[in-house]
Amino acid sequence: MCQCCSEKKDIYLPELATVVKADAMNVTEKYLKLSMDGGQFDYVPGQFVEVSLAGIGEAPITITSSPTQEGGFELVVRKIGNVTNAIHTLNPGDKLGIRGPLGDGMYPVEEAKGRDVVFICGGLGLVPQRSFINYVLANRADYGEVTILQGTKCFDQRLFTAEIAEWENRDDVVMLETLDEPDEKWNGNVGVVTTLVPKVKTDWSSAVVSVCGPPVMYKFVLMALEEFDVPHENIYLNLERKMKCGVGKCGHCQINDIYCCMDGPVFRYSDLATMPEAI
Amino acid sequence: MSVKKLAKEDFAKFVEALIEKDNVIGVQAKGERFDFAPLESAQDLRLDYDVTLQPPKKYFLPPKEVLMTFEVGGAYASEYEDETFVLLGVHPYDVVGINQMDELFSQDNYDTHYMKRRNNATIIACDVVTPSENVFASSMKTAVVKEGFDILLTDLGDSYVAEAATEKGEALLAGAAEADDAALQAREAVWAKNQKALNKHELECDAAYLPKLLGRSYDHNVWDDMARTCFSCGSCNQVCPTCYCFNVQDDVNWDLKTGQRERCWDGCLLDGFTKVAGEHEFRDQRAHRFRHRLYRKAKYVPAKIGGQIACVGCGRCVGACLPGIANPVSVYNRLIDDLGIG
Repeated sequence: MCQCCSEKKDIYLPELATVVKADAMNVTEKYLKLSMDGGQFDYVPGQFVEVSLAGIGEAPITITSSPTQEGGFELVVRKIGNVTNAIHTLNPGDKLGIRGPLGDGMYPVEEAKGRDVVFICGGLGLVPQRSFINYVLANRADYGEVTILQGTKCFDQRLFTAEIAEWENRDDVVMLETLDEPDEKWNGNVGVVTTLVPKVKTDWSSAVVSVCGPPVMYKFVLMALEEFDVPHENIYLNLERKMKCGVGKCGHCQINDIYCCMDGPVFRYSDLATMPEAI
Repeated sequence: MSVKKLAKEDFAKFVEALIEKDNVIGVQAKGERFDFAPLESAQDLRLDYDVTLQPPKKYFLPPKEVLMTFEVGGAYASEYEDETFVLLGVHPYDVVGINQMDELFSQDNYDTHYMKRRNNATIIACDVVTPSENVFASSMKTAVVKEGFDILLTDLGDSYVAEAATEKGEALLAGAAEADDAALQAREAVWAKNQKALNKHELECDAAYLPKLLGRSYDHNVWDDMARTCFSCGSCNQVCPTCYCFNVQDDVNWDLKTGQRERCWDGCLLDGFTKVAGEHEFRDQRAHRFRHRLYRKAKYVPAKIGGQIACVGCGRCVGACLPGIANPVSVYNRLIDDLGIG
């Protein structure tokens, strides 16, 4: 009989976690704070977890909290498929399965030190970026100018509005927000997130630019950054792909010869130059 | 390790003894074709087969398997099949396929489900007696293998040469007579013949050049041309000894309280393979999926397994593809004809 396997961990086996807090953020997004039943859970901004609901399935979700925050970790889940619909029914005290943290491509929290950081977020893109944003703000003195650009489709889809208001009020953060399809409740910027890029005052030659949004957004943001000659090695993109295993086996998340789960989900743009499937 | 010789009638006794003590999966006739199946009698074994319908991959990565059981709202528990078995009659190209899968499932993150089955297996390989109509193992340098099996059999007409490559194989062959020089020479002749004969489709370059060739071919019109008649049926994926993409899904029992998480084969040619929530599909064109498969075989996966080409030349996809576009050799040759070897 095979001995080696009984000594090795089953890479597909989730561990149990408990919902500590669960809030509906709007009609489609739910906020969850989770605590691992086994205790410790160390992660870096940009990493994700595979969330399991027994009998429904698994879905990869990026962690939205920063490791600098204490007491569990946070996810924001859009209701859009079988697993995410089921996640929306969870209440405090409920159990779910977690594998992770996964992903070796993380946000460049160390490399960005001493430099300006520009966050460009489209819609739900704020959710993964928030981990990096709050990490930077928790270590504010280590970084240069911090600029956050947020583009959202409509007023009711805005997320983390209290936190955005806090960032707006800070002297050491520039927070710019825009809506694609505003209604009477909005009197701010109107247009897609790229319309905010020319308003940014930063040292584009050295700033770390972190981008996350829907798949269609990347090429337009990259075109806007091209206007300011932003070096490609300073641009970080958080890419989404279909994932099943999350550990480099199942093949679904492959982008040319790399795996989004293992090599990402955060990539340096210059590393994607030979990956036509990336953007 | 030793090289033995068994007369055919002694080999039949060897097989019967194996069946007595282990689960033996051997190549047998299935209609006019052949396939691996549980072997009940040495008489049913057909080591003169051309190619099996399915590669032996399914004994390590089954079309569907239970990874774990769960209780709704409760804990998950890993499930394993933990029985030894003997795969009898694996052709050299399939041995290479298995060796590549072993590397892929054990590197980076060790897949205990695949590896437990693999470690429980004894592989008795056999040199090809009857080349199949689409085999191109000679082009892929997989017509003859020197490692990756426990025992290798070579048919010499009235006897088999049996080489043990592992302790497991050595133990099985204990008691058999050593092969004489004449037998060893006859085996060399079989190898020399197969190195050339398993080549119904001839690749016009050294297989080792393929990653470089594909490095120059991404935007070539061959992908659109060939994929125009592709049904996206995934037959090429299904019969491939080196395709290992999979899906994972949950199945709940009738009590609605317990269930199991299952892994099943998936295929990169299938529409929806890359589709995410919100209906965005990253590889939504047939030509891109068609290209992706051949890039996996000769560029992407080779980079993970030390440069070995992840097409072993079994030719199964050539026969399985309804519109007749899956033959990797015809695609690669067209690229060579067009772009040259540079």
